[in-house]
Amino acid sequence: MNKIFKRNELWLFCILALLAFLVGGSNSSFWSRTNLFSLFKSSVVMGVFALGVLLVIVSGGIDISFPAVAVFSFYITVKYLLYIKFTGSIVMPFVMSMTIGIILGLLNAFLISTFKLIPLIVTLGTGSAVTGFLRAFVGTTTLSNLPQPLIDFSRWNIYTETLADGSVIGFSGSFLIFVALALLVAFILRVTTMGRGVYALGGDQIAAVRAGFPVRKIYYFTYGMAGALAGIAGIIHCSLIRLANPRDLEGIELEVIAAVVLGGASLTGGKGTVLGTILGVFLIVLIKGSLILVGIPTDWQKVTIGVVLITATALTAYRSATHGGR
Amino acid sequence: MAQGLGKIIKSENNIFQLAVITICTFALMCWLLPGTFLTMRNFRSMSFQFPELGILSLAMMLAMLTGGIDLSLVGIANLASILGAFVFVKLMPANSSHEVVVAYIVGVVALALFVGMSCGLLNGFLISKLNVPPILATLGTMQFYTGIAIVLTKGAAVIGLPTQYSVIGNGSLGVFSIPLIIFIVLLIFFAILLRKTNFGINLYLIGSNAKAAIFSGIKVNKNLMISYMIGGCLAGLAGLIMSSRTNAAKADYGTSYILQSILVAVLGGVKPTGGSGKAIGILIAVLALQFLSSGFSMLRFSNFAKEFVWGVFLLAIMIVNYFTNERNKT
Repeated sequence: MNKIFKRNELWLFCILALLAFLVGGSNSSFWSRTNLFSLFKSSVVMGVFALGVLLVIVSGGIDISFPAVAVFSFYITVKYLLYIKFTGSIVMPFVMSMTIGIILGLLNAFLISTFKLIPLIVTLGTGSAVTGFLRAFVGTTTLSNLPQPLIDFSRWNIYTETLADGSVIGFSGSFLIFVALALLVAFILRVTTMGRGVYALGGDQIAAVRAGFPVRKIYYFTYGMAGALAGIAGIIHCSLIRLANPRDLEGIELEVIAAVVLGGASLTGGKGTVLGTILGVFLIVLIKGSLILVGIPTDWQKVTIGVVLITATALTAYRSATHGGR
Repeated sequence: MAQGLGKIIKSENNIFQLAVITICTFALMCWLLPGTFLTMRNFRSMSFQFPELGILSLAMMLAMLTGGIDLSLVGIANLASILGAFVFVKLMPANSSHEVVVAYIVGVVALALFVGMSCGLLNGFLISKLNVPPILATLGTMQFYTGIAIVLTKGAAVIGLPTQYSVIGNGSLGVFSIPLIIFIVLLIFFAILLRKTNFGINLYLIGSNAKAAIFSGIKVNKNLMISYMIGGCLAGLAGLIMSSRTNAAKADYGTSYILQSILVAVLGGVKPTGGSGKAIGILIAVLALQFLSSGFSMLRFSNFAKEFVWGVFLLAIMIVNYFTNERNKT
């Protein structure tokens, strides 16, 4: 069992390396620190989303409401902070956005576990309701004058370097948050009883109930965590691009789910690792970020992403079929 | 007789319930908007609007019956309508006679169906032969089909379609609009296809238990492939109606239809896990949505408020279904 997981991740890593060398071979500026730093930076938001989606998918569910939850969380947070003319610590926006995310996540869990509804449909409904509510009753204007702490956060680098031409590049500190959250989720999944429960529920719901796992609690935990991570990813995203746009992040759900599944998580539940997910995220970010470097015109980007996505998912599906079980 | 009716109501519980809700919505709108909602003009304009969503929802239902989903439908629809529009704009000589234009229109319809079928074939191949989960396969192909459409048009709308072509989307026969007639014909066709043919029954079997279907000798892969191909054809047709109605074809037209068609299918009683769903449910659900949507527009609700209400509506219906199903169990 463990062997297959390891092989899957090794295999992913090889694809990633191969792709990097192909891109780097055709355009050497791929290996420049400017490009690498920016790739790491752009993997943060997607990565944090993916951790939440991983938890939900391993538990046998799915969440497509998280971009809506993220936008809802960061937009209300920013709007409120601007209203009170907030200048305090960066912790406050994070906590607030995360809390809103948790509440919405728990709402998903409530609907799914109480009424035994299908996660795809529930999160489709909550996603639509949350987005509609935000734009109809909270606001549709893009806020570009973020509170100072969020601007400071976007400037936070753990390593900076002045290039020969005088421009300064930095390795964004937000990546540390991603790493910390990844370690936390990995710890929960591998060590705690809750983590075991998440795998058990995704593997076989009836068996999990019979084995005495607190199934309802697990639902609340996974969707609550997904909401919390969506809230965090949202506020990071909004800080990094220095805009709070209520129409943001549309369509990212599909990319994130694709990244998680590429990382070896099974949509039927019970299977998936944090390491695989991170590699999946890197793969998607690498592909998206390198299209221009390889000289693919912008018109062709969607086709290319589509082809890569189809090939990668087909290969993954084919591999898991030939290795017994899906 | 009364007992028989009771039985029907019980077996079609969710659909019956939806019908009641639809009628209530209708009555509510009539009451809130006297003189504007209950008018011939409003009915005519609604009869042009909902068929394209209805047709896409039929295709979505087909995918959901087998436990799948087809996110690429709108992508297929736009690709088909763009390729069709190119035929008019690039191949058809200007100032063609009426007969020539009609011949081209027939050709374009055939082309759209062919494009839809080919796109569906790719979906079906990925899902059945390569075992890619439907949500991922069609997510990838959605990007791919939309991508091709963007490459072909550079993102701009293709305009300059012949006036005769707009009959498909804007014409009417008597009081019935052409799109409505197309939708009703398809609805009847699918009601028969699903209930009376082996193919239809096989789809229900695959959806309720794929393993049992295999062991009972059903060619699961072949049936899946055909169902996605038919879904593609429907999408192609919906694309034609869209481009004919708006007199333009665009790569990103109607992207919100993906979500709405899932909404309609689920409202109409199609189980997303597969194995159950009826064509009549689609009709009632799409009507409910259209009544809500038109009513809200007349009440000057913003589109965002509509989105909010749709989400809540979807959740509310599912919860009501849960309670009635629970009550029937005991």
